[in-house]
Amino acid sequence: MNYVYFDHAATTGVDPRVFARMEPYFSEFYGNASEIHGPGRKAREAVEWGRAAVAQALGANEKEIVFTSGGTEADNMALIGYAQRFSGGHIITSAVEHPAVMESARFLQRQGWDVTFVPVDQYGAVDVDAYRAAFRDDTRLASVMLANNVVGTLQPVAELARIAHDQGVAFHTDAVQVAGSLPIDVDELGVDMLSISGHKIYAPKGIGALYVRKGTRIGPILHGGGHERRLRSGTENVPGIVGIGAALELAVAEMSATRPRLEQLRDKVVAATLATIDEVQLLGDAVNRLPGNACFSIRYIEGESMLLQLDGKGIAVSSGSACASGSLEPSHVILAMGFGAEEAHGSLRLTLGRENTEAEIDYFLEVFPPIVEHLRKMSPLYVKG
Amino acid sequence: MYTDLVMDHFANPRNVGEIEDADGVGQIGNPVCGDVMRMSIKVEDDRIADVKFKTFGCGAAVATSSIVTEMVIGKTLSEAAEISNKAVAEALGGLPANKMHCSNLAADAMHIAIEDYLTRNGRADEVATILKSPKKASS
Repeated sequence: MNYVYFDHAATTGVDPRVFARMEPYFSEFYGNASEIHGPGRKAREAVEWGRAAVAQALGANEKEIVFTSGGTEADNMALIGYAQRFSGGHIITSAVEHPAVMESARFLQRQGWDVTFVPVDQYGAVDVDAYRAAFRDDTRLASVMLANNVVGTLQPVAELARIAHDQGVAFHTDAVQVAGSLPIDVDELGVDMLSISGHKIYAPKGIGALYVRKGTRIGPILHGGGHERRLRSGTENVPGIVGIGAALELAVAEMSATRPRLEQLRDKVVAATLATIDEVQLLGDAVNRLPGNACFSIRYIEGESMLLQLDGKGIAVSSGSACASGSLEPSHVILAMGFGAEEAHGSLRLTLGRENTEAEIDYFLEVFPPIVEHLRKMSPLYVKG
Repeated sequence: MYTDLVMDHFANPRNVGEIEDADGVGQIGNPVCGDVMRMSIKVEDDRIADVKFKTFGCGAAVATSSIVTEMVIGKTLSEAAEISNKAVAEALGGLPANKMHCSNLAADAMHIAIEDYLTRNGRADEVATILKSPKKASS
């Protein structure tokens, strides 16, 4: 079946143009970038090209880019690698972080660190006053995501970074969901560290990067041959590095066309869903959100059931319901926004990408209302008013 | 993750609805956990003559509810009472491990409906013999 794919926040396919750039580095130019012979130099050239491309896309210097195996490793490196400088202390993060940040913070908690998880409002935005009040004398690091992966809400990261710096505290942001979708400039944001991932931006899985501002000292979390300026040992993933560089370059070049198109498709699916189905709520901020994210809570029915019904119609979406996640816990993000477990169970997330068309949105809008009606007819919680 | 039979019952659920003048009703689960199942039954000559279900929940919750209705129709109350959650999961060709607990309560809902029928008909004293382990309805 030809799937309509609305799950780009989970992962994207490798853009054929990106793959074409990567392809020679699997079987033809396979050298180890640490070697000084010809094949090694060829690989090194590619690694440094990728580094320059990533740096350019983020407004950073090449020396500030460290390649990792993905967003999760970049987040782990930012928190745990930075924490290594200290014997202990306090970290501030938010209640809606991706598990890669949240679990890194909890890991440090088990090592004796104190962690404050700053609450968010009903739209998923960090409570800036609570954030400001969380700083202590021994606060070492603050980490708040640039945009939320579930509900798409953008965080006021420039302001949060400034507040951290006023207290002499370093600031990290997980920009995995934003890279390639919205412009990023590390100096405008004022962040000290920033994580990105390849497979959310049409590069392959298994590659990511951490921006580390010059002068920000972190320690490695992987030990070995001292690659990546001793910060991340392991033979460089040359095709992956070329891929993430090429993907970011493409995304930045096409952003002025892609972004308004996705925003228009998103606004259409949001407006039409709210208009045609009753007792539906948009989750996250209506305006201040990722271009391709539409996240709903649909009362009286459960997310996995909606997901499977849509899957049966050839549409791939995701849900924050406990059942769909496999963890038996509904989305911590939706709960942190003050919603009940029932609303979280009934959540449905569409994340659009560059290959989606208006015809696909129309198809979703055609098949989704009958699915809701079918499941509500089956629901003991639904009493038609 | 789901067997073809689970997907079939999920996509084409049998006996959905509510019996208006039901002889017994059983409900289990709560929306916080993400699963609520309600069974209503008609009983004739101590046999399940008709059954309908309504379920809020995931694919497994719908499929277990649907198949249990097929399994009990025409059965005596005692036979229906012997069908366990485990038997329901087996009839579906198995369920993923994380669905075995909260999403596999359809047989329990059925047992509560039988208990409700017996209680309504002044036969509460038979609950213990027909339902070897009576279930308490949860809120």
